[in-house]
Amino acid sequence: MDTTSPEKIPFLRDPAKLAILYQILTVVGVGLLCYYLVHNTLANLERQSISTGFGFIEKEASFEIGESVIKYSAADSYGRALMVGFFNTLIVSFIGILLTVILGTFLGIARLSSNWLLAKISAIYIEIFQDIPILLQLFFWYAFFYEILPSPRAALNPMSGMFLCNRGLIFGIPVWHDAFKYAAIALILGCVIIFFMKKWAAKRQAATGMIFPVFRVSLAIIIGLPVITWFLAGAPTEMSIPKLSGFNFKGGLTISPEFTALLLGLVLYTAAFVAEVVRAGIQSVSKGQKEAAMSIGLKQGHVLNLVVLPQALRVIVPPLTSQLLNLTKNSSLAVAIGYPDFVSVAGTTINQTGQAIEGVALIMMVYLIFSLSTSAYMNWYNKKIALVER
Amino acid sequence: MEETITSKTTVEIRPPVTNIGVIGWMRANLFNGWFNSILTLAMLYLCWQTIPTFIDWAFINANWVTTSDQCKASDGACWSVVTSNIRFILFGFYPHDLQWRPLLAVVILVGLLIYSQNRNHWKKSLGYIWMTGLFVMGLLLKGGLFGLESVESNNWGGLPLTLLLSVFGLTAAYPVGIILALGRQTKMPIIKSFCVVYIELIRGVPLISLLFMSSVVFPLFLPEGMTVNKILRAQVAIILFTAAYIAEVVRGGLQGINRGQYEAAESLGLSYFQTMRLIILPQALKIVIPPSVSILISAFKDTSLVVIIALYDLLKTTQTTLTDPKWMGFSAEAYIFVALIYFVCCFFMSNYSRRLEKELDTGL
Amino acid sequence: MRQLKRVVPAIVAAFCLTAGVVTAGTLDDVKAKGFVQAGVNGDLFGFGKPDAKGVWKGLDVDTARAVAIAIFGDSQKVKFTPLTAKTRFTALQSGEIDVLTRNATQTLSRDTALGLDFAQVNYYDGQGFLIPKKLGVKSAKELDGASVCVLPGTTTELNVADFFRFNNMKMNPVVIENTAELSKAFFAGRCDCMTSDASQLAGIRAVSPNPGDYMILPEIISKEPLAPAVRHGDNQWKDIVNYSVLALIDAEELGITSKNVDEMLKSKNPKIQRFLGVIPGNGKALGLDEKWAYNIIKQIGNYGEVFERNIGVNTPLGIERGLNALWTNGGLMYSPPFK
Repeated sequence: MDTTSPEKIPFLRDPAKLAILYQILTVVGVGLLCYYLVHNTLANLERQSISTGFGFIEKEASFEIGESVIKYSAADSYGRALMVGFFNTLIVSFIGILLTVILGTFLGIARLSSNWLLAKISAIYIEIFQDIPILLQLFFWYAFFYEILPSPRAALNPMSGMFLCNRGLIFGIPVWHDAFKYAAIALILGCVIIFFMKKWAAKRQAATGMIFPVFRVSLAIIIGLPVITWFLAGAPTEMSIPKLSGFNFKGGLTISPEFTALLLGLVLYTAAFVAEVVRAGIQSVSKGQKEAAMSIGLKQGHVLNLVVLPQALRVIVPPLTSQLLNLTKNSSLAVAIGYPDFVSVAGTTINQTGQAIEGVALIMMVYLIFSLSTSAYMNWYNKKIALVER
Repeated sequence: MEETITSKTTVEIRPPVTNIGVIGWMRANLFNGWFNSILTLAMLYLCWQTIPTFIDWAFINANWVTTSDQCKASDGACWSVVTSNIRFILFGFYPHDLQWRPLLAVVILVGLLIYSQNRNHWKKSLGYIWMTGLFVMGLLLKGGLFGLESVESNNWGGLPLTLLLSVFGLTAAYPVGIILALGRQTKMPIIKSFCVVYIELIRGVPLISLLFMSSVVFPLFLPEGMTVNKILRAQVAIILFTAAYIAEVVRGGLQGINRGQYEAAESLGLSYFQTMRLIILPQALKIVIPPSVSILISAFKDTSLVVIIALYDLLKTTQTTLTDPKWMGFSAEAYIFVALIYFVCCFFMSNYSRRLEKELDTGL
Repeated sequence: MRQLKRVVPAIVAAFCLTAGVVTAGTLDDVKAKGFVQAGVNGDLFGFGKPDAKGVWKGLDVDTARAVAIAIFGDSQKVKFTPLTAKTRFTALQSGEIDVLTRNATQTLSRDTALGLDFAQVNYYDGQGFLIPKKLGVKSAKELDGASVCVLPGTTTELNVADFFRFNNMKMNPVVIENTAELSKAFFAGRCDCMTSDASQLAGIRAVSPNPGDYMILPEIISKEPLAPAVRHGDNQWKDIVNYSVLALIDAEELGITSKNVDEMLKSKNPKIQRFLGVIPGNGKALGLDEKWAYNIIKQIGNYGEVFERNIGVNTPLGIERGLNALWTNGGLMYSPPFK
């Protein structure tokens, strides 16, 4: 604190001292603000005798939730209800991300296609879907589902075992059998094999220059292994076919209009942004790279795989992750069309318990976990890329 | 695929006259190679299937100004749902006789936007023009002065509300965003960490959670008896949210400034604030104008989320119209109309930002 | 940038004009600002919804008007804030509104834990089911496996879960936050039935494209006394709201209507004289003008008139008086004496 330099710098001119002063002022300011808000809040809670704390998590929720992947009934606790919402958010985000990446990549490539018509159509698509608020798109799709589609009793039956009506898309699924468990294990095993095969192939290529057809073999393993396992385990083919009984279809799998509308809206909207990201990524690879690759005799597929993609991905991945994170955050709009995602369940909880602060804090925490883990991944990825670059 | 390359080269060798001919163009752009030909045909078929049906529905068989019963009897689009309710959709509960005021406010805003589009107008006077414009807008909406009848902000709605929330939101968020960006760049650890935490926190959560906070939690933060208007609360949430995004954009601009500029300023003996105000920010802000327009676009789109906390913005007034039993079932038409409004505004802005990016690029 | 910095405080200042500080009793604040701010539904036909010209109409709206008339003698001195089920209590707590007339059910936990006080019930309701006739369902017990449209954050959401659980039936809830959106989804066939307070269901049915295609099932699965609510702890204000509602009821019992109220001023009946302020006292006790009850009846009529005008049998809602008839006619509407 005490400067021993011969010429005394006036206090207000010394950047080091000023910095400390500013920081103290900031801390005091923020501290006072926090104290003020907390004080008010506590006074208000006290006065209105609203209970505080997370004790409500264990209380009985006593409201029903429309769709859930884990077992849930109104007799379960608020905690379990929130879990249901959390998983619903995860599912819609996960499927949404998969579809968005596929559609977005396709659109981005189509945008650069030498085919004029294709390029124009995807350009128009991108412009339109980027410029309309996501919420409006969700409302539109939801209205589309329940206004256009018929009631269950007049359900469309596009193919046997599959129905389309204003209760959603209902289709037959295989009845559970141990064979599926074994097939799932085989699938995981296949992924492990592919992982090691890739390493081996890269090593071999580095040593001998021979290219191993990794993609084709992986595809064969991923499809072949589970199918063979399923066949060996007795090849069960019994299906649970949906049947109209009472008000709704029983049996089979129902995908609700809320879920479908949400998924459709999120995917169509985000894909437009992803397409732009992909386009920018591909364009960032200079033409010379492609021409050089072709001139040393690489095949078209190899040019894309070995030269263009690795460079394009480095440009694509960071903005892509932020778009996919946006999709996850936008899935919170589910509350507007009645899909029971985390925000929607938390909203109901807030309303039934009156504990707004805890509820909103939970919502923020869940999304912060999503985004912090994503940025952790991004840091890891950037480091990895940097290593490759040397 | 090799044919692609050969056909391209042959086209390039040709004299330009045949090159620009219709057939030459089609061969080069639609039917170069079997894959593209199939694709073109498939898409033409798709267009042929959908576009005429759509035109039939939207224009030829459409009902423009009819009653709902006539609409229900017809196959075409029912644009009457929009034309019959246009005033409510655009202005919400604003008193019927006074609706020229929000209309005029919107016209002024659009005029201001178009005027400031031209870079020749970017002078100090533009700031004053905007200041006057925004003040007149506010006055027109609120009234209470110069013999204008006062209108409660509870009655504001529709398009003016949407524009108000986004334009005021961005204007107010900009200074906050700049301060946050500067804070994130300083060497003062405490201030820096405050700013980083704020920015990452806000960017990590969806806007809707902030809106929830503004509508349900915020009243608890205030001392007993003090209330803040619902629109203002939502506006503050939007400002806080947008500021975090602006901060990141401005930070990008600050990082784009050469270190030499800082050093030169320091060697001139300028203080931190002088350096920022006179040297760094003018340059940094110029770089970030195009991405700021993108933020304006997303702020404009994001204001539609206030529907969820029951503010009567453009989307909410449309929905309210659609719950009128007379007009139930015509969601598609009404939503398409609102989508068109949003699209035109965003398209205009994003085109402008692209053009600006190009113009400013040549300067660097 | 500097211009911006100057603009912002101006904007904020302009906005802050709309933010007020409430300190004294609610009555003084209301008198100071010159109007009553009432929280209403906004989407519910017959209870609180603006008509095509933006004029607010409904039973709850008239209840709020009665309060305004009691204070100012003018039914126009009231402003309405449409609220969702989720935001209604917060709005009252934060002082954004002075009185909540938004078909809110009085419950023990709301009366205590939420820091509210409920005034006289202005509508006795119960939860029912609205169902398309073509489904051929005659009783709520036949609803096993049905998709049920329900508003989130209401007592009805909990009641219906209880009802299905108790009867060992499965339900498939469809929850959309907004009454209007929810009923739109119901009419489009998204759900098999819709559950809510029976009065709401009548209102929803009334505005359906074809009201004749829908029916309300006979079962009433809960008690829903709907009452205006005020902030806890302001007794004078609660009294005013309470007696404004009771004045409507008492007037009907005394046979005073908006048409005969002027003749009734000459009535020799001391009850009527006290009620209309011919014999002064009531007004002073409440801190109001002695003519307060006269003004209410003169401008909006008694409870029967209000009921019939907004939701009665001759309106699209077609609701019978039932529980809401006067106690003398077998209902529950009963007013303590005005003396």
